[in-house]
Amino acid sequence: MSDHVSPVSLYITIFLSLMVLTALTVSAAFINLGTFNFPVAMLIAGFKASLVIWYFMHMKYQSHLTKLALATGIFFLAILLGETMVDYVSKDFNRIPGPIEASSIIKK
Amino acid sequence: MSNVVAPAGHAAGHHDSHAAHHPALQHHFDTMAQQKEAAVIGMWVFLLTEILFFGGLFVAYMIYRVWYFEAFAEASRRLSLFWGGLNTAVLIGSSLTMALAVRCAQTNSRKWTVNWLILTMILGCVFLGVKVIEYRDKFANYEVPGATYNWNYHEEHEAAAAAGAGEHAAAAPEGGESAEAAAHHVKMTPDQLQRTTQLYFSLYFTMTGLHALHMIIGVGLMLVITGMAWKGKFDDQYYTPVEMAGLYWHFVDIVWIFLFPLLYLVERHM
Repeated sequence: MSDHVSPVSLYITIFLSLMVLTALTVSAAFINLGTFNFPVAMLIAGFKASLVIWYFMHMKYQSHLTKLALATGIFFLAILLGETMVDYVSKDFNRIPGPIEASSIIKK
Repeated sequence: MSNVVAPAGHAAGHHDSHAAHHPALQHHFDTMAQQKEAAVIGMWVFLLTEILFFGGLFVAYMIYRVWYFEAFAEASRRLSLFWGGLNTAVLIGSSLTMALAVRCAQTNSRKWTVNWLILTMILGCVFLGVKVIEYRDKFANYEVPGATYNWNYHEEHEAAAAAGAGEHAAAAPEGGESAEAAAHHVKMTPDQLQRTTQLYFSLYFTMTGLHALHMIIGVGLMLVITGMAWKGKFDDQYYTPVEMAGLYWHFVDIVWIFLFPLLYLVERHM
């Protein structure tokens, strides 16, 4: 069997990168980036997840079929999140029960 | 690792099956490589269902976060960044020890496979222990959704204490001023916050609870794998169970990588 054995130094490097990125995402949260706080946080989290998948989970050395399987999952997650948000953002669903004024939240 | 599922190792596989037949090779596979490939794909397909499983909760979170952003920002600041950050580090560390356990299995180091697996389980339990501390804190502060949920518990408590201490004239304007400042900062009324922050905490407990359940399952899984490793069931030709447990563990780590900024880091800069 020709399984790829990654060097220990690679695992240590990935671990340290993940720690640095965690510190980065915490410090970024304390800076006011306006609407960009959320995308920045998600970008860092996405990059961290990619490092874990690619090196810790050995996706780098897997077959094209396995890579395609992962891509399929991400694709459908994107549909789930994206299409749902398109619906909720574009339509007037902001009818809030109880004493909360819907307009006070939308205006924000 | 061959890029093709069946045909590549087919011819060679027949030689193997007649000559040196690995005891872990099931009869319906030609080669160890083919068997491994099938396991890896099967595990990833399972993980995809897990992605969409958690995905539903992420969608619910997104919708309510857009609707009640102020409430999410306020409630998020009630979580302890120290414990959340510590747990993130612990979980990333456990991913490293897990990766090293798989590597030791690949290189025939039985002793260190077991050691790294045990360390991974310990780190997993540390994570769960910290989670218990955090949950306990939420119960103590009436921040668990339900009949006892009280977003304004501390303010009411302080107000009652101030009233009990005596109605000094100096204390009154100060209290009024801080309430005014708070009102300027937050547009929602206490009653609105009481309702909307409860949604945040419902999501917090559901998402972290489901994640913690996965951690518990992961530790249980690893107990079995550690036992198998201890008995010497793995070698550089066959270590699939270790690698599959690893994939599961890393997946749970990835879920937390997203949960941490989503739950702990909403508008921290205010």
